[in-house]
Amino acid sequence: MTAVPRTRRIGSRATRRLVDWGLPVIALVALVALWWLATIVFSIEKFLVPAPDDVIEAFVGQSGFLLEQTWVTLLETVQGFAVAVVVGISTAMSIASSRLLEKMIYPLLLAVNAVPKIAIAPILVVWLGFGQFPKIVMVFLLCFFPIVISTATGLKSTPAELTELVRSYDASRLQVFFKVRFPYALPQVMVGLKTAISLAVIGAVIAEFVGADAGLGFVIVQSGASADTPLAFAAMALLGVISIVLFYGLNALEKVILPWAEENR
Amino acid sequence: MIKLTHVSHVFAGRQGEVHALDDITLEVRRNELVTLVGRSGCGKSTMLRMVAGLLRPSSGTVTVAGELVGKPRQDVSFMFQRAALLPWRTVLDNVLLPVEILRLDRAAKRRRAHELLELVGLAGFEKRLPHELSGGMQQRASLCRSLIQDPLVLLMDEPFSALDALTREELSIELQRIRMEQEMTIVFVTHSIEEAVLLADRVAVLSPRPGRLRKIIDVDIPRPRTLGRNAYADRVAEVSAELHELLMPAPMASEGAG
Repeated sequence: MTAVPRTRRIGSRATRRLVDWGLPVIALVALVALWWLATIVFSIEKFLVPAPDDVIEAFVGQSGFLLEQTWVTLLETVQGFAVAVVVGISTAMSIASSRLLEKMIYPLLLAVNAVPKIAIAPILVVWLGFGQFPKIVMVFLLCFFPIVISTATGLKSTPAELTELVRSYDASRLQVFFKVRFPYALPQVMVGLKTAISLAVIGAVIAEFVGADAGLGFVIVQSGASADTPLAFAAMALLGVISIVLFYGLNALEKVILPWAEENR
Repeated sequence: MIKLTHVSHVFAGRQGEVHALDDITLEVRRNELVTLVGRSGCGKSTMLRMVAGLLRPSSGTVTVAGELVGKPRQDVSFMFQRAALLPWRTVLDNVLLPVEILRLDRAAKRRRAHELLELVGLAGFEKRLPHELSGGMQQRASLCRSLIQDPLVLLMDEPFSALDALTREELSIELQRIRMEQEMTIVFVTHSIEEAVLLADRVAVLSPRPGRLRKIIDVDIPRPRTLGRNAYADRVAEVSAELHELLMPAPMASEGAG
């Protein structure tokens, strides 16, 4: 009678860390160096492709302004995402709990999702103006669907033996839901959240492109108009940072609250 | 303790009705261990689920402790073929799941859970997650979970069939030991002749489609029983041979009976 060993990976934790973080950093540095070299060798104009130092200069020169705009975009992203999580998960719960609701809502969801969200962006401006609200709505629209789909899938994938087990205790519907079905669905919910968070930033930028007076999307549109490409690049880099931080934040959260999930799927 | 009277069950299958059980009448006495054997599809599991209150018979009645079974009872617990542990709960919390759902006394049951885990050799593994355990250990944890509510009746649906032969025998012997410490009526479904002989006071043999009670055999071999060399090897072989003949179709009739 032996327990399965807790760890069966090769190499110490520290070495693995180094490899996990070191290799991507090396690739990034190499890429930036190549880019820099290209701008020098081919003497590309700054307004076409700025060199890395131009971008850094643009960032340092207007760092206060850029960080302010980053904050605006980040806030829109997180708010829209949060609303999508709440509404999405509750919608998925009702879909999973009633066949009638599922038949009613599901085709509607598919139809709404089939419309390219960017097509709605100008109308959102007409309805809601240039403030932050239409951006939050756009983020919500993009995030909502993947969250609903994966949560509903997760809630419907409870193994029969687990359902039967709690039924054999004559458990109530609520008990079945909270003791078994919902926790069982959580890894699947996380899949939806991770898909959604990548879309969230895209949603915020799309909405800012169409009509805004603040945010990184707005900065990119403005600097494009005035051929200030280094500033646009700096804004793009910041958008990338927002995306990565949010994604890995969710990843870390998953590791903390669902330590069992990795081994089970 | 358990009484099935003229129980039949009909499933609505894809191609019309399927007769799973036909006119079963069987009584299981208090503290008796009856094994149900039969080929797959003979309705063994269906019978067990009716006693558990998970399924209603199409006709006939099922009673436990003199009361008609309508829904799952607290004093009847069910052990499944698969361990069915919740992957996010530790071993201890899995064992305590029924305590939460049935709202039993937590402190007392916590002590009891530690006792049970000790009894099946899982002391020291309380804080482990299921995926860290071997199949045999998972099934031991599952056994503890079905004992935590101090059931009068334990229904076991091929609980050891997914395990390797040695682990399986080990668990069978442990089950006999637990029975000596705690009075319980057990109905044990299996398709293993060895297991049926090793565990049973009586073996009920079912014939397939529709499931009918073919024969009931008394197994009067003293306990504790093992499958190894022992003084009663002749008697074990005799009962096994009889079961074999009942379950395997005669060579001539093999076409229709499979």
